[in-house]
Amino acid sequence: MGKIIQRATAGTLESSDVLVTLEPAQEGLEIELNSVVQNQFGAAILETVQEVLKELDVQDARISIVDRGALDCVIRARVETAVLRGEGEC
Amino acid sequence: MRRSMLFLPGNTPNIIQNGEILGADAVILDLEDAVAPTEKDSARILVRNAIKYMGFGRCEVIVRINSIDTDFWKKDLDAIIPVKPSLIMPPKTSCAQDVLAVDAYISQLEEKLGMEPGSVGLIPLIETALGVENAFQIASACKRVKAIFLGGEDLTADLRCKRTKEGHEISYARSRMVCAARAAGVEVYDTPFTDVNDDEGIYTDAQYARSLGFTGKSSISPRHVKAINEVFSPSLKDIDYAYEVMEAIRIGKEQGKGAVALRGKMIDAPIVARAQQTIQAAIELGLGREA
Repeated sequence: MGKIIQRATAGTLESSDVLVTLEPAQEGLEIELNSVVQNQFGAAILETVQEVLKELDVQDARISIVDRGALDCVIRARVETAVLRGEGEC
Repeated sequence: MRRSMLFLPGNTPNIIQNGEILGADAVILDLEDAVAPTEKDSARILVRNAIKYMGFGRCEVIVRINSIDTDFWKKDLDAIIPVKPSLIMPPKTSCAQDVLAVDAYISQLEEKLGMEPGSVGLIPLIETALGVENAFQIASACKRVKAIFLGGEDLTADLRCKRTKEGHEISYARSRMVCAARAAGVEVYDTPFTDVNDDEGIYTDAQYARSLGFTGKSSISPRHVKAINEVFSPSLKDIDYAYEVMEAIRIGKEQGKGAVALRGKMIDAPIVARAQQTIQAAIELGLGREA
């Protein structure tokens, strides 16, 4: 299981990027999303984040996503980086 | 066909995602100098995803990894080889052994991943005095090497001289690189012209590189791509002349002539070879037809 043992961030607040912040949590996933395209793509972004967390077997974490219009593959990359950093792998 | 190669910083999504529309024949996604040491992990995952999901249209994808004297290069290859870039650019390549180390590690990954052996090529970046002196050994180190690439900035630091617009300080390195590459049967690419605001200087620098025999030239700015593409494309006059040469040869053969002349000048083997290269380039650019 992907265990988040430390606070970690990945990405930036620049245009087309996303800043992901991850913290350890006791039970379940708590995702907070703030996006410039929240109304149009909020649901899709959350789905992408959840998919990556599932692939990496992260079950307990608090995640903050501040999106500046990042493409799906960028969101995936930043979430993966944050998880690896949170697990102490990077 | 690679006339222009554009460096793009590997941890910058808004630049990478525009890579295919900037006009370059190839983009070099950079994991080395353009990425801070604390962001190497982030950049290699982003570049991997960019290659896997974005697609770069007709633009060839090259990845500059970190040099083999760092802890990063194997992790770079672990992440990037599975998404099959066209070429890997190992920087600070100074001898054949440097190339063989990267080649061996890529071979291991290809085998592990069930990829065709040799499917990812190498374009070693030569940017040290030792590398220039060993250019032929580097270019002919293994079959994976498809081209060599001159890096002028680091080279001049190693030579302990100042990098200038005129480039006299790297003229020996340029000529030696071209000769080494042609002797080894691989392509050769010139260092970027680093004054991004000098729109005339880029033409002069690219024309000089082409006159020496370089296949193409790199850039750190999209502003220079158009000039590089123009300089490294055959002109319509060159193309017309190339077809005239091939036609004169065809007629000469039909008439059983041992020697053929065009516009009062003998056409010998090097002229025919150059005409064939021009026609090939024209075809690749959509400007030509089979001779």
